Amino acid sequence: MTLALDLLLAGAILVVAAWTVAARDGFAACFGFVATGLLLALAWVRLGSVDVALTEAAIGAGIGGVLLLNAAARLRGQETVDPGDVARPWQARGIAALCTAVAVALAAVLLALPVPAPGLAPAAAAALPPTGLGNPVTATLMTWRALDTLLEAVVVLLAVIGVWSLAPDAAWGGRPGPQVPPAEGPLALLARVLPPIGLVIGLHIVWAGADGPGGKFQGGAILAAMWVLAWMAGLVRPPPVGSRRLVLALVAGPAVFLMVGLAGLALAGSFLALPAGFSKPVILAIEAPLTLSIATGLALLLLGPPARAA
Amino acid sequence: MSVLADGFTLLCVGAGLVFLLAGTVGLLRFPDAASRLHALTKADGLGLGLIVLGLLPQAAGLLGALKLMAIWGLVLLAGATVGPMIARHATGGSGR
Repeated sequence: MTLALDLLLAGAILVVAAWTVAARDGFAACFGFVATGLLLALAWVRLGSVDVALTEAAIGAGIGGVLLLNAAARLRGQETVDPGDVARPWQARGIAALCTAVAVALAAVLLALPVPAPGLAPAAAAALPPTGLGNPVTATLMTWRALDTLLEAVVVLLAVIGVWSLAPDAAWGGRPGPQVPPAEGPLALLARVLPPIGLVIGLHIVWAGADGPGGKFQGGAILAAMWVLAWMAGLVRPPPVGSRRLVLALVAGPAVFLMVGLAGLALAGSFLALPAGFSKPVILAIEAPLTLSIATGLALLLLGPPARAA
Repeated sequence: MSVLADGFTLLCVGAGLVFLLAGTVGLLRFPDAASRLHALTKADGLGLGLIVLGLLPQAAGLLGALKLMAIWGLVLLAGATVGPMIARHATGGSGR
């Protein structure tokens, strides 16, 4: 029975993914991408990786899907296809064959692994108690692979700089995103009713990440979505890109993370090392500003570059 | 007691699936946007509600049951918001 469900899920992912690749319309492909992401999240749940499932649903399908929809909306009507750019049938077939070969080879390697598969999971679980955390995924992200997490947070910052750099000169210093008139009807109601619930759920997911599935990226995505929802309904205006508070919110997380990392050099012997016995409070001190920065960064990615002068 | 609870779950989830199937068939077969939305939002809301109702006896404690109810409530809220917005857009409005 479980096998039948898994096969159905895997088959659905392949069909929706193939449909997304074959879709002619940009919008249709975006919706296919979101559907594929949500099905993938279910697959991660079936594999027992709830942390990855939450990230896939919130960042991959959610934020990523809206970003792609935004791009599709901006490109609508400007998509010109140069006949010279279109892959010839033999090229397309070659690409499909190579991609299939890579997928089959990966699947064969995975299936050839001994059971239980070799990995660092037992080591991570064994080293968990000194960190004061209950979730080995969070412990890995915040202690043993903290450099990766720091760079992920910086990547969000770099992406915001990349989006802002698309602003026309005249609009620089203005508020990000197009101007939105106040909405009436259902959107205005949802934008008033949902944010209190979303704030609680988002912060809960960040907080729960210490001992269970969750974390700052997943929770931050929900917080960002609440801000964007209120913006879409015309209830709030984002601050101008030059605003001191906005920039502070953006860099607070990576900056605190870097400072703690440098302090680790002096106190614990290496960059990003946490002082023994104080892991939990230090991790909380990093995660709070990091959540703020990630949520702000993701929301600014969705809003887009400043479109009009300050 | 557990047999009774399992029977209740099977009955409600089964009924919920029927409504979800009906909603999907309606989405694919109905002629215009308004009726397709009608089929989707109403039948899916009811279908999900029945599935949540059926899963309540299987939930881990009161908190788990409340979480299931909250999920249903949030989906209803989203459906009730997005449905009218798409309908306004389809009838030539701005969707807002």
